[in-house]
Amino acid sequence: MARVVIDVMLKPEILDPQGQAVQRALPRLGFDGVADVRQGKRFEIELEGPADEAALARVREMAETFLANTVIEDFTVRVEEPADTAGSGSSR
Amino acid sequence: MTARIGVVTFPGSLDDRDAARAVRLAGAEPVALWHRDTDLREVDAVILPGGFSYGDYLRCGAIARFSPVMGSVIERARAGLPVLGICNGFQVLCEAHLLPGALTRNDHLHFICRDQRLRVENADTAWTRAYTAGQEITIPLKNGEGGYVADERTLDELEGEGRVVFRYLEANPNGSRRDIAGITNAAGNVVGLMPHPEHAVEDLTGSGTDGLGFFTSAIENLVGTA
Repeated sequence: MARVVIDVMLKPEILDPQGQAVQRALPRLGFDGVADVRQGKRFEIELEGPADEAALARVREMAETFLANTVIEDFTVRVEEPADTAGSGSSR
Repeated sequence: MTARIGVVTFPGSLDDRDAARAVRLAGAEPVALWHRDTDLREVDAVILPGGFSYGDYLRCGAIARFSPVMGSVIERARAGLPVLGICNGFQVLCEAHLLPGALTRNDHLHFICRDQRLRVENADTAWTRAYTAGQEITIPLKNGEGGYVADERTLDELEGEGRVVFRYLEANPNGSRRDIAGITNAAGNVVGLMPHPEHAVEDLTGSGTDGLGFFTSAIENLVGTA
């Protein structure tokens, strides 16, 4: 089993009103110094087999045709290493 | 012979009944099409109605685009079948790459619901022949993700080829690039728009009858080519 993470973000030139709304809310909550916020999606995919080149090619195809709309979004694919699961906690 | 116009129902479609009713009021026979069917039941045209197909999960229209019925619709649309996508149907057409660009969240983040004034820019598509170029119409607009975006090259191409079919008048309601409310493919048989002509087909319930022309256009078109 291997975990593959796909991050999908709006392209830089596409307006992200949700990210802007988050950014505007931050100073009200006392979080200053944030110049920009972009909001995206993260998919965690558990493969039945190893994350070899063939499997990753299929994941990229999946991202390209379905998980992302490449007209407005970019995506990245990476294999998540299982090593850092022990005791790492939620804040790094 | 009465024209048969199919109306697709996806899980989460809302305006399929209104679209079927508009088809009937215009004088054609509405034919219900189910998202899991691949058979288009010998219809002469197809309408993808408004709503929230598959709960708008992933992206609006992204999952509907891969439904069995869309396989047939895409194939037939490429061969010239008239297809109209209204609101969520427009989003499905963009996701299916039958139309260029994409619909994104309204720039002000609010769901909008109001009567919207539009200018018909192209009265030469399968769905706009009952209008004249430059005519102004008012039909309802109601959506949360209606901001039309495409890269500059695509926008220039749409403008240059007369494929912007409708433009918002007065205030731009959602941040759409170049005030675009609806577009067509190069052949003019596939049209998508965010506002809802099917809600403006009779005085009793609508903001007028400015939307009826979409449906009479399709019939005229079919009779003309028969």
